[in-house]
Amino acid sequence: MTDHALAAPVAPPRSVAARGANLRGVYIIWYRDVLRFARDRGRLIVSFAQPLLYLLIFGTGLSSSLRGASGGFSGGLQYQQFIYPGVIGMSVLFTAMFGAMSIVWDREFGFLKEVLVAPISRAAVAVGKTLGGATQASIQGLIMLALAPVVGVRLTLVNVLELIPMIFVLAFALSAVGVALGARMRSLQGFQMVMNFLMMPMFFLSGALFPLSANLPAWMTVLTRLDPAAYGVDPLRRAVLGPAGDRLGLTLFGQTLAVWTEEALVLGFGLLMLAIAIRSFRQRD
Amino acid sequence: MRPVIQVAALVKHYGDVQAVRGIDLEVRPGEIFGFLGPNGAGKSTTISILCTLVKPTSGRASVAGFDVESDPAAVRARIGLVFQDPSLDAQLTARENLEFHAFLYGLQRRVRSERIDAALSTVELMDRAASKVMTFSGGMKRRLEIARGMLHYPEVLFLDEPTLGLDPQTRNHIWKYLHDLRTREGITIFMTTHYMDEAEYCDRIAIIDAGTIVALGTPAELKAMVGGDVVTITAADPASAADAVRAAFTLEPVVDDGTIRVEVPDAAAFMPRLFAETDVPITAVASRRPSLDDVFLKLTGHAIREEGGGHVDMLRQFGAAWQGRRR
Repeated sequence: MTDHALAAPVAPPRSVAARGANLRGVYIIWYRDVLRFARDRGRLIVSFAQPLLYLLIFGTGLSSSLRGASGGFSGGLQYQQFIYPGVIGMSVLFTAMFGAMSIVWDREFGFLKEVLVAPISRAAVAVGKTLGGATQASIQGLIMLALAPVVGVRLTLVNVLELIPMIFVLAFALSAVGVALGARMRSLQGFQMVMNFLMMPMFFLSGALFPLSANLPAWMTVLTRLDPAAYGVDPLRRAVLGPAGDRLGLTLFGQTLAVWTEEALVLGFGLLMLAIAIRSFRQRD
Repeated sequence: MRPVIQVAALVKHYGDVQAVRGIDLEVRPGEIFGFLGPNGAGKSTTISILCTLVKPTSGRASVAGFDVESDPAAVRARIGLVFQDPSLDAQLTARENLEFHAFLYGLQRRVRSERIDAALSTVELMDRAASKVMTFSGGMKRRLEIARGMLHYPEVLFLDEPTLGLDPQTRNHIWKYLHDLRTREGITIFMTTHYMDEAEYCDRIAIIDAGTIVALGTPAELKAMVGGDVVTITAADPASAADAVRAAFTLEPVVDDGTIRVEVPDAAAFMPRLFAETDVPITAVASRRPSLDDVFLKLTGHAIREEGGGHVDMLRQFGAAWQGRRR
């Protein structure tokens, strides 16, 4: 009598098995972040409130005083309409960069160990976390699109379809920044401090609140062009405001950049940050 | 049988601190192996090296036939870990925590739900499967962690202070579960503890102090290192009483915290002689079978110090130490 059950199972080749494991790892790490995000109604509301404050209070206030001076803002736009895409960008920026706080949080509460001793590569952890943060930030940004009628902006379906990948690319790049930092940070306070230190200048220099036009002093022009968020906010403005937004398009060395160039720059920056994030996670070994 | 864990001349330095100073040991398949020692003796560092979380400064270690340094992924796929402090996601339910783990370790869909159900019922958490972990007590969390550590059928289950901060009832419960697990699944269990009474549950124990192994054997073998019974004598003047005992018998009394401690082959025969042959006032005499505490005291010259403070403080401290060590 032959006993087939005794034959040892043939293990798949190692590299194939490892690739499968890493993809699964990316998926489950991403899934957990999204699941937690979806459950955390409080956070969703709070993170919706901040952009709303900028749009309604800051926007209305500044809009009124600007109207007093020159009748309109720029090219027939209301100030609120001008900052609306910027506020979408801000919402993405804050959510993406603070999304990585979950890494520090997981470290503090021990859960990160469960992930780090699993038979998946550190790269899978970094990619899963970056995509998780990017997804959360994208959802947050897309929710902001619902405010378009409030500021008198008409969005077509084409606009929305254009905006989805743009928002995702920006969210991905900024989430990678957060993960690169979060992988090294030991305490929540430290992470928050560094993040605020990074995020506020990135936000102010991104062109979210004022046009990055030729009227800016030279030093500030240089700083704004060094801000990766500027290349992410400009395409949003052009997609949301159409020709009025195109006229305000970001220039580099006197040339108005094409939207796809800006997107490529943001994506490239994001990939660089992801590479750094992977390195940060590997160093924990 | 080939040892499932092999450690040779293992050394780990953190800057000037020598956490592990040359450890050698072998763990056999199916064994419950205990690592016993005070806090800071190098237990957690050794376990972290075996789990591929920390790189050794020198020396070699292999787990389930794979070298921890050259093949960490292969080691990780074959071990389960239960950490000193909780490492569950409190925002997720018990079942979701197990699903996350099953996914990370690549269990197939059908196997996944079967094993999760089996694991949950073994640790008696089936009725709480859909509750968020944040609502769990310490003992429930630990049980869930053990279930999780076993989910992918590891060859070796590492437990770092598995019952730290738990009440005695829960500790017994967890020990019963671990023994069942070993009998049923035939896995090897490697654990650290600084509770002496817990070490008695192990098949073999390595006593570790200041980064080196001072003794290794079964609990009975280790206790045999203490000569027979332990007699403790309380006296108004311990120093002179100790001198009297030393003079009357060929014994080496140890004075510790106002009591005199001697090891004798037979306490029942010794005690009448003690009263007959010494004339110092004695307040009380007690005798007992030697415990692992006595073994530790004999080998290292000091007792395993119990930490003060509440359990939560202890957990926090250990957590901080664990993180600090990896820096």
